[in-house]
Amino acid sequence: MRIEAYRDVAPRGVVDIIMRLAERVQGKRFLHLSGGRFGAGAAEMLNALVPIMADLGVDAAWEITGGDPQFYATARALTAALTGEERVLTDESLAHYVEMNRINAKKLQLDGDLVLVHDVQPATLVHHRTGHGRWVWRCHLDCSRAHRRAWSFMRSHLSQYDATIFSLPKFARRLNVPQYVIHPSIDPLSAKNRDLPPREVATILGRLRVPTDRPLLVQVGPFTGGADPVGVVNAYRLVKKDHPVRLVLAGTAGDERESLDVLAQLREAATDDEDVIVLELPADAHLQINALQRAAAIVLQKSVREGFGLSAAEAMWKGKPVIAGFAGGLTQQVIYDVTGYTVQSVEGAAFRIRYLLNNPELMARMGATGRELVRRSFLITRHLTDYLALLIHLTR
Amino acid sequence: MTRAESSFQFMGCVELRQVVGRRALDERELMDRLEEVPLDSVYYHTHGYFLRHRPMSTPYGNDFAAWVAVHVRDMALAERLGVVNPFDSRSLDELRDDLCGIIDDHLARLSTVPRVEFGEPFYFQQAHIVEVALGSPAFTLAEFRTALAEVDASAIYVHMVEARARLRRRTDDFAEWIRGSLHLPELATRIERLDTYMTNLERIRARVLALVDGTLDGGRG
Repeated sequence: MRIEAYRDVAPRGVVDIIMRLAERVQGKRFLHLSGGRFGAGAAEMLNALVPIMADLGVDAAWEITGGDPQFYATARALTAALTGEERVLTDESLAHYVEMNRINAKKLQLDGDLVLVHDVQPATLVHHRTGHGRWVWRCHLDCSRAHRRAWSFMRSHLSQYDATIFSLPKFARRLNVPQYVIHPSIDPLSAKNRDLPPREVATILGRLRVPTDRPLLVQVGPFTGGADPVGVVNAYRLVKKDHPVRLVLAGTAGDERESLDVLAQLREAATDDEDVIVLELPADAHLQINALQRAAAIVLQKSVREGFGLSAAEAMWKGKPVIAGFAGGLTQQVIYDVTGYTVQSVEGAAFRIRYLLNNPELMARMGATGRELVRRSFLITRHLTDYLALLIHLTR
Repeated sequence: MTRAESSFQFMGCVELRQVVGRRALDERELMDRLEEVPLDSVYYHTHGYFLRHRPMSTPYGNDFAAWVAVHVRDMALAERLGVVNPFDSRSLDELRDDLCGIIDDHLARLSTVPRVEFGEPFYFQQAHIVEVALGSPAFTLAEFRTALAEVDASAIYVHMVEARARLRRRTDDFAEWIRGSLHLPELATRIERLDTYMTNLERIRARVLALVDGTLDGGRG
């Protein structure tokens, strides 16, 4: 992707500032290390960011770690424990994880003026740093409620870094290295967020068998207790007494018991009420998510536990008001009474849905304001600006 | 058209945010932490507010007032903190003393300390500012106008808002250059008179552009 393609969607002057920043980092190597090239989170953002950096003439590279099933299982368990979930972490599994990264280090080219290590999987590669480069751990997780053993293990490795980056101050924990704050971002030109003509939206919704004869309430997210889709169903039921609406819950189900239980409850709700539509989508269903968000009257993200929660930014970019749970990064994205509402309960969500349905002009105004907020604060262009500024700051 | 001997170089900036490692859950903690954080953090939460503030949300004047209003819901203290204009203070130490004095005086009148119940704690941060030269240098008022219309909004902050604190007088970089290099004192005075407090950067840009257009339309510059 070329940087010039963003000139029409980024705020005035931002592409120029990016180009000037890129000029200042010529000759410096910017290496990203992550656990894989596919999926959401860090990989999704790097798939967008790295090609733009290359277009800017920045010497940007992206390497990924590999390993055996035990390595991946330990990395997944460690990630879950860092976000507060209960997991068993044995000394043996952690030692194996460290050992696998020792082998990874032999295979990877780890030289860089700035080496940005994303999340857990490659984290211990820092022990194999070479040359003069600065190493920074880029954490996309909310570590504020990390389990003590998991954090204690990570902390011993993080002290080897020059700095860390968290998405929000509240996601960070006490460390003996500087901690920077950089919000994640969405790519406005990706399949998930690019403009879609109404005819294409209608075609996709037809394929998904989602009727559009009534206002759609849409929540996109995992079928987990944290995203609270069951709470969304309960809010919808309170609204349906007074408004003819449809509820679409679109997401992916994991293979864990909690996720399967939630999905079973949602299917039962959909069996009893044909206006509740549960869509299990594959991880790469970006166009479908795009179309659903564009077709929505109101987008919900009623999470009770959340990371940064970029689905709110995705919806606002499409000009939709968002009703979100008071959790994680949703409180940063949804400005109360301006771009939507943050709510603390099922009743609160139902009340705000009814309020917006009865005030359609407010929905339009909030949608337009939300799009401008995302344009300035949550687009990939802002993310790129922050990373280039970090490269300049840490290597001068 | 007057051609200046010295050009005007627009400078933008990027704010790289850093966690300070202090947070507050109530107004007394806010005061105590404010007294001990680095001055860079005081700057970030006061002057920096004007770089980050977006026109779509309610303005409060600084991050402390915004937090007290939105998360603690103590509008009396929010109003008192909100009227503190950081650009009027002679130093960051003086600004910190003013803010702490207001909180202390407010708490002295209360029997309980207002705290966050359903909102979020206040997280102290600081920023590293990375400055960037933008566009080609302007030698004429027309070139200045063209560049001003296109630069990143952070340049308006650097030259019109932050400059008034940096230059320690009620002027700014635009007015200084227009008076000193283009010899247009009338236009410079009009730009100096713009109130940049409690508005937003795009509105300031629009006002300066309107003044410059008036001069260019009048055949001057």
